[in-house]
Amino acid sequence: MHDIALGQYFPGDSVMHRLDPRVKLVSLIAYITVIFVVNSAASFLLLAAFTFALLLLSRIPLSVYARGMKPILFIIIFTTVINLLMTTGGRQLFSFGFIHIYEKGVINAVLVSVRLCFLMLSSGLFLTYTTSPLSLTDGLESLLSPLSKLRVPVHEFSMMMTIALRFIPTLVEETDKVMNAQKARGADFSSGGLISRAKALLPVMIPLFVSAFRRADELAVAMECRCYRGGEGRTRMKVLRCGRVDVVFLAAFALSAAAVVSVNVFFPLFAFKL
Amino acid sequence: MSAFIETRGLKFAYEDADGVRHTALDGISLSFERGEFTAILGHNGSGKSTFAKLLNMILIPDEGEIYVDGKLVSSHEEPDEDTVFEVRRRVGMVHQNPDNQIVASVVEEDVAFGPENLGIPPEEIRARVDGALDAVGMRKYALSSPSHLSGGQKQRVAVAGIIAMLPECIIFDESTSMLDPSGRREVMDTILKLNRERGITIIHITHEMEEAALADRVVVFSEGRVCLDGKPGEIFSRAEELRAVSLDVPQSTALLYELRGLGVRQLPETPDAGACARHIRDELLRLGALPLHGGDANG
Repeated sequence: MHDIALGQYFPGDSVMHRLDPRVKLVSLIAYITVIFVVNSAASFLLLAAFTFALLLLSRIPLSVYARGMKPILFIIIFTTVINLLMTTGGRQLFSFGFIHIYEKGVINAVLVSVRLCFLMLSSGLFLTYTTSPLSLTDGLESLLSPLSKLRVPVHEFSMMMTIALRFIPTLVEETDKVMNAQKARGADFSSGGLISRAKALLPVMIPLFVSAFRRADELAVAMECRCYRGGEGRTRMKVLRCGRVDVVFLAAFALSAAAVVSVNVFFPLFAFKL
Repeated sequence: MSAFIETRGLKFAYEDADGVRHTALDGISLSFERGEFTAILGHNGSGKSTFAKLLNMILIPDEGEIYVDGKLVSSHEEPDEDTVFEVRRRVGMVHQNPDNQIVASVVEEDVAFGPENLGIPPEEIRARVDGALDAVGMRKYALSSPSHLSGGQKQRVAVAGIIAMLPECIIFDESTSMLDPSGRREVMDTILKLNRERGITIIHITHEMEEAALADRVVVFSEGRVCLDGKPGEIFSRAEELRAVSLDVPQSTALLYELRGLGVRQLPETPDAGACARHIRDELLRLGALPLHGGDANG
């Protein structure tokens, strides 16, 4: 059996895990807004302190977060180099041959890097590590449900997500089976160039697609047999409820965000701007 | 006692890509009593699965009528949505492939799917889900992912998903055919338990004689018609007729029913070759037809 990490959900029972997914979604949006509003070093330090507290609260090893930063390392280096080389403005700090580095370039590079780091950390902290894909789907459906009045098919999208999540392991297993069956007939998936490998995968993809369609058909019949007729008149076993923890969290979060923003406004120490 | 489900002269034909019609059902009139456990046997293409699809209103008959609890629910006319909904709530169906009928990636969420569709309040859904999982013995897997379960366990989850809708009848459409022997036994045990303890009417479509032998009544389909209908004992002793419709009675089963027909008592409940053989050996020993020390002789 395959154990596939969907997203990178890290099962646990911490405060961050127990929060209502809607609260987490809204908090994340607010957090990202704050990251892009503030620009003083003092604010970022304060934000870092609050974020660190939340990281500890999630009871997920810090090394997991550190590993999560790896994929953006390249982007950080890339944008830093571009910013240093391309941005002009302010004093010239350094000049050698065709390389001219200006004050503004350095500030931009630092600001973008810091923001990217916070962005990555917070999305892991609020969503990917602490929220199971299923409750995330439920949270999204509930948050977006007002849109269904405007005929946006919110329930249908969330149903699609649920089914997709359910069938990922099944299809992975099936891919494995088909590949083994083709290998037994002498197919070679591991040698040759990119194009010949892609070609070798064709006899895997076709049966997989055919069976996926057959599955979809059978699943639709099974769902109809279980009285499914769309989102209308449907109830849920697990109703999302904002409990005490959620209210306390939201209040604390709002206060912290206000603190970070006001530090930025009233004590613009080392503000990264010109 | 009036029949819970009754069909009168059901006819159905499939149309293939060239517009040629193939008759699947050619006048099926059957009735199923409340609490009855019926097995429907038939070789591939005998129309037994089509019959199930008609009962659950996935297909609409070309001719004939279906009555549920005395009320006409399906004829050749397009049925109204509420009737379909009502029939599907009362007559649940478990399909063949355990993988393709589980909707959610958590067992209890999947069991809740049916009751959620019925619009039942959350607290009651919770109670029903727990009850249904208890009934199939899967409570401790409530929070597992279906992809980690065996075929038999998945099929039991699917059964729980139906039970949670509190149906009066459950149709098993070859639900054991994709399972290994132990999974098959798990599902059969569950079916028997539901029938005996909850009085749920069971229609079990299969081509396993051993499973059919556990039913109260066996109906044999051939070429879209009912060719035999009766108690398992009666049906299995007509081996010639069964062979004529490409069904083969396992020898142990045939022997068991022949012996029963001859008035031999205390035979094992289930047609198990070993148990049967032991019984015959004991009988022969008692009659002195076998030397006493030949304890390991084959009956």
